[in-house]
Amino acid sequence: MEGSGVSRRQFLIQTSLGVSSAWVTATWPAILAAHEHARQAAQAGTPPKFEFFTPEQATEIEAVAAQIIPTDDTPGAREARVVYFMDKALVTFDSDKQKLYAEGLGQLQAKLQELFTGAIRFSSSSAEHQVAVLKAIEKSAFFRRVRAHTIMGFLADPKYGGNRDQAGWKLIGFDSSHVFQPPFGYYDRDYPGFEADKKKEGGA
Amino acid sequence: MRQARPASKTAHDVDFVVVGSGAAGGVIAKELAVAGFRVVVLEQGPYLRPPDFNHDEVAVFEEAALTNDFRQQPTTFRKTPQDKAQKQPCVLYGRMVGGGTVHFTANYWRLHEIDFIERSRCGPIAGTGFADWPITYADLEPHYTKVEWEIGVSGLAGASPFDPPRSKPYPMPALPVKSSGVIFERAARKLGWHPFPAPMAILSRPYPGRGACVHCGFCEFFGCEVGAKSSTLASVIPMAERTGRCEIRPHSYVRKIETDARGHATGVIYFDKERRERFLKARAVIVCANGAETPRLLLMSKSNLFPQGLANSSGLVGKYLMINGGAGATGLFEHPLNDYKSVAVSRVLHDFYSIDPKHGFYGGGGIDARFDATPIGFALGAMPPDAPAWGKEYKALLREYFTRTMFIYTHSTSLPVETNSFSLDPEVKDAWGLPALCLTYKDHPDDLKTMQFFLDRALELLDAAGARRKWSWPITEQSFAVHLLGTCRMGNDPKTSVINPDHRAHDVPNLFLCDGSSFVTSGRGQPTMTIQALAYRAAGRIVELAKRGELGA
Repeated sequence: MEGSGVSRRQFLIQTSLGVSSAWVTATWPAILAAHEHARQAAQAGTPPKFEFFTPEQATEIEAVAAQIIPTDDTPGAREARVVYFMDKALVTFDSDKQKLYAEGLGQLQAKLQELFTGAIRFSSSSAEHQVAVLKAIEKSAFFRRVRAHTIMGFLADPKYGGNRDQAGWKLIGFDSSHVFQPPFGYYDRDYPGFEADKKKEGGA
Repeated sequence: MRQARPASKTAHDVDFVVVGSGAAGGVIAKELAVAGFRVVVLEQGPYLRPPDFNHDEVAVFEEAALTNDFRQQPTTFRKTPQDKAQKQPCVLYGRMVGGGTVHFTANYWRLHEIDFIERSRCGPIAGTGFADWPITYADLEPHYTKVEWEIGVSGLAGASPFDPPRSKPYPMPALPVKSSGVIFERAARKLGWHPFPAPMAILSRPYPGRGACVHCGFCEFFGCEVGAKSSTLASVIPMAERTGRCEIRPHSYVRKIETDARGHATGVIYFDKERRERFLKARAVIVCANGAETPRLLLMSKSNLFPQGLANSSGLVGKYLMINGGAGATGLFEHPLNDYKSVAVSRVLHDFYSIDPKHGFYGGGGIDARFDATPIGFALGAMPPDAPAWGKEYKALLREYFTRTMFIYTHSTSLPVETNSFSLDPEVKDAWGLPALCLTYKDHPDDLKTMQFFLDRALELLDAAGARRKWSWPITEQSFAVHLLGTCRMGNDPKTSVINPDHRAHDVPNLFLCDGSSFVTSGRGQPTMTIQALAYRAAGRIVELAKRGELGA
């Protein structure tokens, strides 16, 4: 979704649908504009400073997230800036998970050294080694929480700092316009109506 | 009401205090205010307006923006009364003006005739308190019609051959079919079943002061920004306020119903936003706090005169809880359905409303085609259980599956078992120092068999639809309650029920209870419309009693 054209386009679709109650007409564009504003503010300029992670911790945790949703021909957790979502979560609604992260990063390091003697940091290890370490801890509370935060950060409203440029939404095919009209998908394109379809199909 | 007295002449603060502003409370407050009474509605949650709503999954799920918050109001769970209950989230309800109608999916099925007379049709069932309702479908029919026309329900009358009789068509056409609905409809017909357009409490056409659905897709768990979803917040509460006789007081958490020496209710004690205790005096008290909080309030209102809790001479307050069965299967298709768009459900079928007793168990239900997962919810929990949960392949599946997936969801009966209940936890307290809700629940064996029957039908339907891949989760005993039914059941006999057919407590003449707790049987899994039909009927009865001077206060 780019720029300020969005609200206008959505407003036009809404109008063409005949949704004309005074309240909606007056309010809906304002709601969309507010959403859009929050989104742009969140994504403008340089990324914010971390409030929970040290830069070193951020590098390690981002490397974990980048294995959960890797970068290939499309952006992954790294490009979506999931680590900023995690940082925000850990100082707001998931502040009770700080200890889990702090201890989990220690476990990650310990597991790395247990499996690969001489390895220094998870983030500078090879992809194969990273995957092996994560497979070894994938049942842990730490990994499960990092996985959940990675997915959330990838797909949450960009105002939380992740899902940059709607990378997550674009990947899964989610259109954030929030105003649609039928047909919605492939199978309802040529639907002739309930009675007509019943007749055509000769069904019960 | 013509003979309503001027405020200065009454010893009472108000005529009625209504506890709870959800499906039932909103309707009753509106009906009483329109009839001329002065009403105050006490709602424990906030008063949000449509512009406060958004599609923010993080706020709605992580921060419990529209629902009870376990961090403030912990709950405990156990399977049987012999177990020690463990602290865990086990109940979800709407906690705001409009209650659960704000975030619900808005499936609006009427009960059928059989739901009211199951016990006499089918006989007793061992281990249950299976009973007929003291009212019939015919008694409720005019009120169902009123719900459809006043709050706004979309649908196609006569489309289901199993529908009970109705006095009027729906006020507006069914919402547009989705790809999941077309797939479902054609597969069901192949199997000889009778799919029909889903009746939904969502506007397909504008209604006075409210916009039609814009198909944003964020219905379940979210509030509607355009007022198209027919919550009480969008529909009847504004009508109640326009009378000038109804005040909605948010952040008002009722902890006790007070009674006098005669055993009549005098009003309620509640905490206001600053957690100060207040007393509100009223001629009569109407509790519509939902099937968990209504019995909890009665149990917390015990006194010397009512040592087992208020209105509990039967000992049945909180008991016979029914939460409905739910089972489902997921199917993947060749082309994009984009089913995240528009309302959750567009097609339903009721061919198995009553399962043939030759299967050896009692039950019935309905099946729908839906997609009610938001992006995060889908990615976290809706993918095949045997698929990778992270990494390259996980990402590839996410990319392909989100737009090509649909759910077949089934909704079914719960039998009334006395030990299935809400009670007061003896140890755990909420943030206000009040006893936490304790849920005791173990599905009746027939309910589990019914769920399995429906899971099999869902998989059969996906096969008939030609799904490329299908997956489901095994049926297990339920431990989380969303539909909260039966805990202050209605009946003619004060020994075996809590309220009479007028919703009046058998034990307290000026106390009325109306919400899911009033149900005698569970229906087939979509209770809100019936809660509202009961509320319109109850309001009519209460107005009648008040006019005749028979409120008892």
